[in-house]
Amino acid sequence: MRHEDGSKIASPEQMQEWMKQTMDWIGGIAAQNKFVGGTGLLFADAKVVHHNKMVTDGPFGEIKETIGGFITVRAESAEEAAEFAKGCPVLQGEGNTMEVRRIHKNEGGH
Amino acid sequence: MKQQELIPHLFRTEYRKIVSVLCKRFGFEQIETAEDIAADTFLAASQTWPYSGVPQNPVAWLYFVAKNKAKNHLQRHLVFESKVSDELKRSFDETFETEIDLSPQNINDSQLQMMFAICQPSIPVEAQIGLSLRILCGFGIEEIADAFLSNKEAINKRLFRAKEKLREENVKIDFPGAAEIDERLATVLTTLYLLFNEGYYSSSQDTIIRKDLCYEAMRLCTMLVENKLTSKPEVNALLALMCFHASRFDARIDQNGELVLYDDQDTNLWDPELISKGAYFLNCATTGNTLSKYHIQAAIAYWGTQKANTHEKWESILQLYNQLLQTEYSPVAALNRTYSLSKTAGKETAIIEAEKLKLTNNHFYYALLGDLYAGIDNDIARQHFQNALALSRTQTDKQAIQKKIDNL
Repeated sequence: MRHEDGSKIASPEQMQEWMKQTMDWIGGIAAQNKFVGGTGLLFADAKVVHHNKMVTDGPFGEIKETIGGFITVRAESAEEAAEFAKGCPVLQGEGNTMEVRRIHKNEGGH
Repeated sequence: MKQQELIPHLFRTEYRKIVSVLCKRFGFEQIETAEDIAADTFLAASQTWPYSGVPQNPVAWLYFVAKNKAKNHLQRHLVFESKVSDELKRSFDETFETEIDLSPQNINDSQLQMMFAICQPSIPVEAQIGLSLRILCGFGIEEIADAFLSNKEAINKRLFRAKEKLREENVKIDFPGAAEIDERLATVLTTLYLLFNEGYYSSSQDTIIRKDLCYEAMRLCTMLVENKLTSKPEVNALLALMCFHASRFDARIDQNGELVLYDDQDTNLWDPELISKGAYFLNCATTGNTLSKYHIQAAIAYWGTQKANTHEKWESILQLYNQLLQTEYSPVAALNRTYSLSKTAGKETAIIEAEKLKLTNNHFYYALLGDLYAGIDNDIARQHFQNALALSRTQTDKQAIQKKIDNL
């Protein structure tokens, strides 16, 4: 899940609504027995470590987009995973995107 | 209590205790001997009591006879096996009294330890349930056969094979160590959970047996809750779950043994005492950091005790199912989650989600689709109910589905 701008602050009610939508979305995938795991990422205590090993609080302001979290699903194909991604409430935010990637495994499975 | 009722009653309550204590004393490899001695004891009672009258303290009589039979057995064993000297035999007589210990404490411990001995992943779950019913609940083979819709021979075979396997595995009758208790307890809880479900969702038409299965599961779970070593949060959560479900027992089956659907149940028949007991144990389950699948299911079952169709109720149930499915997938949870979604987001949304589930060999799946399409497209609904009817196996389920078709 990519958010275009992590500096926007949502109201508690808005947060709660997003949370519910996210849970319903994940629940729908889990109901198909295709949910493996999910990790939401918080902005609190976020740090950016730069190439010169300088550490800044962030990633606000200087980076165009941030990662809001990731979810692992058991999909037959990248296309099916993309179908799952379409249901993610993050996409309601203009500019936000979902990126589908296969997990690297030595045996080459999905 | 009349004499002809007394002995079956005592068999149910005392057989399991005698078997557990003797088996603990003899070792699991001699479980059949322990069962034989316990059965012989009851045979002796049924032969003598009609003539000599029921003893003043029937339980003490049974224990006394069982002890003597056990003593004879051990003595014979000693003579045959090791040809011991008379002196050794004398000292054996003297120490024997303390060795077969039918004190309440040892009876209780032996039964709990027996629970751990039987609930082993190395034998199939149905065998664990069967053995539990026989050895921990004192069920007759015929009653077990009834509960499983099977016959005596098949059950005997199943139990025999399971005991063989446990003997091969050299199963010990004792408490697991602190390091492995959680893992071992998980197996025990699964068996108790399934034992309860066997009664609650049983295919057997015999309402009394079904209720008994549930109560036995609750009794065994209560024993775990009452023991410090085993009273873990998830055990309390499981007991809470059972209490909440059991509170509707009388409301969900009518006089003809037919299932009464939740919406049609008479709430006056819900048992408020069991509901508050459930709340008590759910509260006990919230100590510590454990959030087991039993916690989530107990919370869902709590909402089941609230009849009012509020948005809060269905939203809470939906979120709990979302959570449960992330912890552990099961087709039932997936179907129930979709049903609660229809209550919060409407049938159209739920139909889209339901059709993704593709549980095409599950009659509940088609029953759910039928329910969702009912009122939207009754022809499609009927088609789904027909599929459900074709896939369902028990009379109870067929009746319930037929009723839905008739209501369209």
